[in-house]
This record gives sequence, C-alpha cells and structure tokens, in this order.
Amino acid sequence: MLILGKDEKAKYPFMPDAGRYLQEYGFELPQFGSDPALRMFVDRAFERVMASTRGEVYRSAAAAAGNDHGGSGSSNRRRGGGVLQDVTLDMEIFSFLIAIVLIKLANRRTLVQRFALSEARRAEAYLADDLSDRRDRSRADMARRILHDIFGIDVEERDYSYLIPVADYLKHSAVFYEREWKLVNRRVEGGYVILKPEKAVRLVRHALAIYIRSRIEDSPLPDMIQGFEGMVSELAAEADRLTPRYVVAKGVHPPCIKHAMGVLEKGENLPHSGRFMLGTFLLARGQSVEEIAPLFKNAPDYNERITMYQLNHLAGKTGRTAYSCPSCNKLRTQDLCFATEECSGINSPLQFGRRPAAAPPAAAPPAGSAPKPAAPPPPPPPERPPSREGG
Amino acid sequence: MDERDARFLESIFRRYYYDHASEIPVPDSIARREFGYQKFGMSDGGGPGGGGMIRHLQILDAGQMRVLFVRNAPSDVYYSNAYYSFPTMDMAEKDWQGADLIFDIDAKDLALPCREKHVLEACTDCCRVAVSGGDGGGDNHTCGACGGASGLRRRSLPCEKCVDASKEQVRLLREVLCDDLGVPPEEITVYFSGNEGFHLHVLHGAFRDMDARARTDLVDYITLRGLIPETMGMRKGNPDKGGFPDLDEAGWRGRFARAAFGSKTRRAKTITELLSAPAGEGYARFQDMMKGAVSKAGVRIDPHVTMDVHRVFRMPGTLNSKSGMVKAPCADVAEFDPYVDAVVLDGTERVEVVADCPVRFRLNGMNIGPYRNEEAELPGYAAAYMMCKGLAKKKTG
Repeated sequence: MLILGKDEKAKYPFMPDAGRYLQEYGFELPQFGSDPALRMFVDRAFERVMASTRGEVYRSAAAAAGNDHGGSGSSNRRRGGGVLQDVTLDMEIFSFLIAIVLIKLANRRTLVQRFALSEARRAEAYLADDLSDRRDRSRADMARRILHDIFGIDVEERDYSYLIPVADYLKHSAVFYEREWKLVNRRVEGGYVILKPEKAVRLVRHALAIYIRSRIEDSPLPDMIQGFEGMVSELAAEADRLTPRYVVAKGVHPPCIKHAMGVLEKGENLPHSGRFMLGTFLLARGQSVEEIAPLFKNAPDYNERITMYQLNHLAGKTGRTAYSCPSCNKLRTQDLCFATEECSGINSPLQFGRRPAAAPPAAAPPAGSAPKPAAPPPPPPPERPPSREGG
Repeated sequence: MDERDARFLESIFRRYYYDHASEIPVPDSIARREFGYQKFGMSDGGGPGGGGMIRHLQILDAGQMRVLFVRNAPSDVYYSNAYYSFPTMDMAEKDWQGADLIFDIDAKDLALPCREKHVLEACTDCCRVAVSGGDGGGDNHTCGACGGASGLRRRSLPCEKCVDASKEQVRLLREVLCDDLGVPPEEITVYFSGNEGFHLHVLHGAFRDMDARARTDLVDYITLRGLIPETMGMRKGNPDKGGFPDLDEAGWRGRFARAAFGSKTRRAKTITELLSAPAGEGYARFQDMMKGAVSKAGVRIDPHVTMDVHRVFRMPGTLNSKSGMVKAPCADVAEFDPYVDAVVLDGTERVEVVADCPVRFRLNGMNIGPYRNEEAELPGYAAAYMMCKGLAKKKTG
C-alpha cells in the first residue's frame, strides 16, 4: 500500500492510508458532534458536501491559505510558497472523513455521486500539479504511483509530456464524449498516447470518481452522531430537492430512451451522445426545454446553466440549426440501441409505437416484377450473438 | 447447391483434412475458445456452405480438433477471438475473459474499378451468370433475363489488382499497428482469408482485455473516422501556420499530410490559401479537403469484425467454402500469391462439370474459362472453386 505523508493525505484523502487518520489521532466520531473545538471540522465537512451538490469543486483550506491547488509538497518547496500549518492539513483530512460520515448518514445516492465527482475534480488538480512539478521529483513520483496503484496506468514522462499506453488510454477515454478525446484526435506514437499533464489526469477523473464512490459505499454506516442531526437532515433535503420526482412523458418511449432515462435516474453518467439522443427525442415529441431539463438533474456533472444552454441549442434557439433525433443506425454505432421486438421496422426512435397507416388496396404488380421487399428486420439487440466472418 | 455438388465438395474437403489435419496449427488457448463449423448441404442459408452452424463447441486439444476435421469434413470452421471460462455455455454465461484483436480486409470493400469486370451475378432461378458491374446493390436484385424473384448471388473471381490493393491495406494496417500502436511485428500474423481478402490476428496482451467500446475507438483511429480539423492544425479562429502537419511527421499527422498535400510545395501553397480565406471559409475548405484525405489515407478494414468481442472467425489452416481455398498464413505478404499459394485441394483427379462463367480467370497458374454453359474437364481444385462460386455443377451421369 502507498504510504503517504501528511500533506499528501490532505491532497488525496480518499487513499486508504488517509482513512486511518482519525484513529491515528485517537479521535472517536462522537467527539466531533460534542466537542466545540472540533466543530470547525464538521462545519467544513458540511460545506464540502454542499459545494459538491452545487456542482462546485470544494475550495480547499490549502487554497484558502494561499497555496492555490498546488497544495503542499512533501518538501514544502512548492509553487505559491508557504508552509501549510498542521491545522490546515488536519482540516483537509478531517473534513473529508467527516463529510463521508455525513453522506452515509444522509443516505442519499445523489450525494455520493456528486461528492465523488467533486472530490475527483479536486484531486485531479493536485495530481496535474504534482505530475508536472519539475523541481520536486518526489511529487511527480507520488502522482505517478497513485495513477499506477489506483488505476493501473503506467505514466512515462518525455519532453514535458506524459505518455500513457494506448490500451490504458482507451480504457479510460471511453467515457468522454468530446471528440478531442477520441484516439484519432490524439498524438499516438510507439504504443503511447502523448498528453499534457492536465489531460493525463483528466483522463482518470471518471475512474477517480468511481474509486471515491466505492470508498464511500464500502465504508460502514455509523450510528447517528449527536450533534450531526441538523446537518444530516439538511443534506438529505438538499439531495431530495436535486432528485427529479417525475419525468414528463408524452407517448410511449422506445427502449433506447427508457435506457437513457434509467441511467440518469440512477445518477450515472450518460455519454454526450446519449444526452443528445434524449434531448432531441423529447424535443421532437413536443416537450419544452423547461420540461426536459429536470431529467438531467441527477447526472453527476449536472449544471443547470449548461444544461439549459445545451437544450436550447438543440432546440435551435441559440443557433441556426435545430438538431434532429439520431437514426437507429446511428444509435447502434454509438452503443445506445437496446432494441426489442417492438422496434421492428423502425429507422428512428421517433417512429417507435407508430402504427403503419392502413395500406391502400394493392394494385396488381406488372408481369415479371418482383414483389416489394419485406420490411427490414429488427435491429440486432446490443448483446448480439457472435457473428461470423465468412471472408 | 444441389446434393451431388455438395457431396463432391464434402469428399474433396474430407480428403484435404485427412491428408493435412495434422499440419493445421492448434490455436493458442484452444480449450478456452468457442468453436463452430458448417457442413455442405446443412439447411440453405444462401452460401455454399449452407446457413446452419454447429457452435458453442469446446475443443480441448489437437487430437479432438483433428477428429472434428476428418469426421465432419466441414465446409467452414470458425473459432472465437474471445477466451471464455465456459465456451459451451450460452453467450451470457460463457464468462468472457478477453479477446484477440482481429482485422478483416476484404477486396470488395475497397471500391475498386476493376470489380466491374470480374464480379458476377448468378440467378438462383434460371441459373444465368452475368457480369454484375460491381459489388453494389447486394444479392437481391431481380434477374434481367428471367425476372426471377429469388435473387442474384454475387460471386467474385480472382484479380491481381484486387489482391495488390488488399495487400497495400495490409501494409498500411501493419504500419499503424506497429509504429503508432506499438504492437511488436512478431505478434501480428497475416493470413489470406481463403477468398478475396486478408485477416490479421494480433496476439498482443495489452489489447486482449479491451471491451467493444474501446475497440470501436481503436477502429476509428485506424480508419481515421471522427478526425477533427483541429487535430490537423486547422482552427475556426486564428489558425496557426505552425499547427499544420509536416509530410515527414510520425503517425497520422504525417500520413494525413502526405495524402492531403502531396508535396512540400503544395503544402505551403494550400496552407497559405487556407489562412488567407475569409474567416470560416478556410475552415470549411479544410473540412472538405480532410474528407478526401481521410478516404484516401484511412485503412479500409471491416469495422464490425474488429469491434466485436464475441466474433467467431475463420480458423487458420481450414478451407473456405466460398472458394475451396485455404486460410493460409502469409509470411511474406508482398510475395504471396493467393491464387497459387492457397490452392491446396487435390488436382490430380479430373472432374467433369457443366460450367457457366463469362470471365476468364487464373488459378494455380492455369487460365480457366470463359465458359458459356458448357461441359469442361477440370482439375479437382478448379472444379471445386467453380462449384463453391456457383459457376459450375458436377456433370450428371
């Protein structure tokens, strides 16, 4: 297991080594509810969770102390200067650990998702900074070891860039929807993708969030702590406010749309292509931007302003183009098709559930002409049986 | 295919397997793969080998594999690129453990002009065979002669240009795999598919665990699908002259530059023109130019084959029922002549057939055809080749 210094624990409090901090200091959880001297840690923990519900990255005590997100280097010779006081480091670590307790007690999935993503983004900034530190190699080494130990990625450095094996890159880049993340839009040489430090760590944000989420989910549920009740209720109420209560649905939805809604309902990440499909489908079905926007509330990276902008853009309100719903063919190539028998004969999700108009009486075909081809077969289900190559 | 032809083909295939089964290489991790095979005359699925496949088989060792060949004389044999804990179970229960990276390059996907001359269509109703004029349109046209509705079957005959163009795609794919993706050359095996293309098997451990989504992105990289102008230095606002790729750059930037600009002089001239165009117009022009360069430079692989992590793929060393030729390894792709080196069926016995093939072709160094529904006496491999293509039938009596 990676052994961290105190300042590294402050930057990466989700690491297993940091989890034992309370015990190392001889604290018991109930003390944080009753001891006024420890109250500041609890308040900070609460703020930390609340920041995540707003889609913000928690502004760390280190940053507040003027150390920017560079945090504290193990040798205290980092950019921004200044030695972090022990109390600041304690604040970083304790507030994270207490935040997890608050989230466990509030028992809301959306809090876990949002906190994990927010903390991943916070850690990402530290990782990028550490990775590119050219004066203190121990920081870069530590960042590389974290990437290796947690994500199995071996990062090599060459000429101020970072090299990630192609297979590792592809494993992590699949969650990105921006085209710049496609391998074809990256510099690739000799089996490596060449990235700047911020891109190298951005690559693992999703995996980092999953890792932090699993650390929260795997931690035991504590008994309610006296003094935490008010904050826990407040967090639960905030989570409930963020969770869509219902989805405005008009008409029957095809399985691809139901699947996308299901992903969002679970608070999981729906790729951009899926969000595009859902937005354009519902707009085409006559729903308004305001009706559709709440659907995305539960997305881990939800931002109301951006969601509204993007939906308005799809609807053609901010540009010249109103976007149309992708075809079934397109959705199949994007792994968004979950066709059932009811999808038989349709080419677009918008055709789902429409009955064909009664056919006019068929005219006799001219002699020698072939009958009309049958309706195309239903698209294959996503888990196709193995196909064969006949070449 | 009528029963007499099916019996002949089964017999000549059986003889091959009887004589050569011990030479067929045993796949790596054989017991963890799913096997499948077809037989001549097994239900009518449209192909010479019939449509039904016996599958979800597990073969534990070389002995069992050889028994399968000799006992069943299969028309086609496949095994999965995937490794499973339980290859015989249903797909959901097989427990996928990884899959080799595989590629299929097929001459019919290269849109070559020569194909107008040697792709034939055979009517399943009146048996008329005619030059089709290319690969387009699928198999379900109406016959121009009889108007029969059963459909026309496309059959392509050998052509040197098709082989050379496919080999060029193999060369390019190998370059991308080795230079860009870091695959050691010794971990890539190239095979002639047994019909009119090439297969590449990559046994590189790093790619074995990749899921379908990651493989899709890899395919896009190899085919240049999804390339954005910014990757090649073109931006919507204030594009920088230094951002455009040089002809001698590594990877796709260099290949793209060579395809898009052709020469250093043309590169300089084109970039100057793009940068001096009104805002937005230069970007649009670059996008058009990019489309052309992508279709010229991107490797023409069948994307579905590589994306599929459950594919059953033709087994090396086995016969292809579309031709009667073998899926053969190509140690030296440039020197490999498929229509000689992959012709392995017995040729000592002469076989009497009724052939209908309006185009002359070469097989095993021998000129064959054209035939206009006439009797011919051919070596066994040539008779089998034409029967597999639906261009000949065994003579009655």
